[in-house]
Amino acid sequence: MNEFKPLPNLPPPVATAGVIGWLRANLFPSPFSALLTVLGIYFLYITLVPFLDWAVFSADWFGTDKSACISGGACWAFVTSRIDFFIYGFFPTSEVWRINICFALFVISFAPQFFDAFPYKKNLGIFSLTVFPAISYVLISGGWFGLVEVSTEKWGGLSLTLMLAYVGIVAALPFGVVLALGRRSQLPVIRTFCILFIEWWRGVPLISVLFMSSVMLPLFLPEGMNFDKLLRALIGIIMFQSAYMAEVVRGGLQAIPRGQHEAADALGLGYWKSMLLVILPQALKLVIPGIVNTFIALFKDTTLVLIIGLFEVLASVEAVVRGAQWRGLTFEGYVFVGLCFWVFCFGMSRYSQKLERKLNTGHKR
Amino acid sequence: MSERLNTPQVPKTAIWNDPTFRAIAIQVLASIAIIWFFWTIFDNTLTNMSSRGITTGFGFLNNTAGFGILMSLIDYDETYTYGRTFYVGLLNTLLVSFLAIVCATVIGFIIGVARLSKNWLISKMAAVYVESIRNVPLLLQIFFWNFAVIQPLLPSPKQSFALADMFFLNNRGAYLPKPHFDDRIWLVVIAIFAAIVAIVYVTKWARRRQESTGQPFHTFWAGLGILLGLPLATYFLSGVQVTVDYPALQGFNMRGGTEVIPELLSLTLALATYTASFIAEIVRAGIQGVSYGQTEAARALGLRHAYTLRLVVIPQAMRIIIPPLTGQYLNLMKNSSLATAIGYPDLVGVFMGTTLNQTGQAVEIVGMTMAVYLAISLIISAFMNWWNKHMALVER
Repeated sequence: MNEFKPLPNLPPPVATAGVIGWLRANLFPSPFSALLTVLGIYFLYITLVPFLDWAVFSADWFGTDKSACISGGACWAFVTSRIDFFIYGFFPTSEVWRINICFALFVISFAPQFFDAFPYKKNLGIFSLTVFPAISYVLISGGWFGLVEVSTEKWGGLSLTLMLAYVGIVAALPFGVVLALGRRSQLPVIRTFCILFIEWWRGVPLISVLFMSSVMLPLFLPEGMNFDKLLRALIGIIMFQSAYMAEVVRGGLQAIPRGQHEAADALGLGYWKSMLLVILPQALKLVIPGIVNTFIALFKDTTLVLIIGLFEVLASVEAVVRGAQWRGLTFEGYVFVGLCFWVFCFGMSRYSQKLERKLNTGHKR
Repeated sequence: MSERLNTPQVPKTAIWNDPTFRAIAIQVLASIAIIWFFWTIFDNTLTNMSSRGITTGFGFLNNTAGFGILMSLIDYDETYTYGRTFYVGLLNTLLVSFLAIVCATVIGFIIGVARLSKNWLISKMAAVYVESIRNVPLLLQIFFWNFAVIQPLLPSPKQSFALADMFFLNNRGAYLPKPHFDDRIWLVVIAIFAAIVAIVYVTKWARRRQESTGQPFHTFWAGLGILLGLPLATYFLSGVQVTVDYPALQGFNMRGGTEVIPELLSLTLALATYTASFIAEIVRAGIQGVSYGQTEAARALGLRHAYTLRLVVIPQAMRIIIPPLTGQYLNLMKNSSLATAIGYPDLVGVFMGTTLNQTGQAVEIVGMTMAVYLAISLIISAFMNWWNKHMALVER
């Protein structure tokens, strides 16, 4: 008897598997597509290659002024020599440790949020929204506990950018929640006022809000009372941001099924108790990705404060590349600032997308 | 027995527990607080202004401005009034918004479709574009285009980039030929409007005919024909005299033609590329939002690929795309106020900048400027809400 012996399996056709198969399916499926691929490769060749050469391979990295840059590529020496200025602005060098402690606290209070197994996420979240800003304010402004007072004119650079964005979002959150509740209220006076407030701030550009807070706010206040420039800008940012925050929170409130309201009513909870104990915890959980997205938008928008004369990171880089020592390095300067913002914003947007997938627990109607 | 049939006695609640009373009381208190708040601000403002010697009112709008503006769509020089600077700024804002909206829509749709391409390289390049542009602040991009690209890279007027001795590009701006028409050009303008009206009627007629007989009509090509043919025919028949003013180098600068200042170029570029990255995502989401079953159903009906896209996918995708797209247009219009940072004379730069500094009428000027933006926002969003309702799926 001949034993049945199957032949060994043939390999899949070269044209549909492996590298060649992938290339055929994804880069050259049709003549038109192949043409696009060739054009794309050519485009990358004429843009990316010179750019990489300029930015990395023939760049100068160290030096004390522009004469150190001789190789013809990018001149990154101004970044490495002035990095302290870009991060801390005019903050006195001897006091910089105070900002560093705040950075460290920030990392400590946010890093555990990325680990699913960490048990005290909620408490830590409350800490980073309430206690952390208070500690940071005391540390950075000084004047207490024997710390030297540092006036707000000396704050600047990336630390000021982060501060503006963080304070803006943290302070706007409670206002936003109240406004969102007001907009869905049954009381016509409250509802109308909230709608007017929200639509007004959402309808005007941030820059006009900043102008308003810097030139008009002093007129609104009683005589003799005045705020410093940073606080005025912050008030404008918070008002502006709370309107956007209100719309984000409203989205969350609308996503909560009616049954939850009715259940809270059936338990005999009053308005505030049903909101605080039943509705808001669910709604706010749903809108965390939205809040992160608003934060990204605000973070990018903080650059506008340079127009009213605050010294955030873009302004500090501008000051350096327009100064005598590093004159004319605008291209490098903007690429550097762009990279700083890109790292933060891209990271946060990835985080919010991940959260969105995780929180999408079938609540959506 | 009769006692049991009686309606149960509702125990009398205290008045502060009565919902109606509470609602009224809360609203009255809130109104008083709001009115008091605004009254205090109003009162403080009046006191502060009188102590600083600022007169209130809009009378300042009739005073002579006395400063020049880099670019103006209407007649303007130093002798015009402050009121005129408001219109100059407003028109410049509208101009840059319009240009940028057109460019952003075109780029955004191309990138959005490219991101869905089956070609791996093309879709990855589109993704890199979107992710790198939208995560960088707009103000930075405006600075980048203006101070790092347009101004340093463009040559001086003597070494202008020239195209056929008609179009010039140098660091003072772009120069285009400027046509001058005689009065009969109005006939052509009227013809354009007539063409638009005709297209609306042709579209309606074509749809009725298709619904009753099933015969399709090439509405797009017919419309294009009417839109181009009617004005062109009017132009040649009426014999409009056209003289063209070509720009030319004179001394150290260009003379003649239409000048487009470099700030307008960089601002349009920055606004268009930035907003395009958001529009691309909206377009992608819109196309992906149409379920694949729709495409399969269209194929099952025997529609060709182009008809599937035109009759089934795109109309449904547009329904998803339009509302967020409007939001992006409004954002772009508001973002165009960043022009003031590079010196493009928009509403904020001219009116809330120079005019405010010269007159000191902070309240009136900031109020007027904000009112303009608010009005445009509200009008567009009201129109879009109406349109959206018109387009929305009628569900039974």
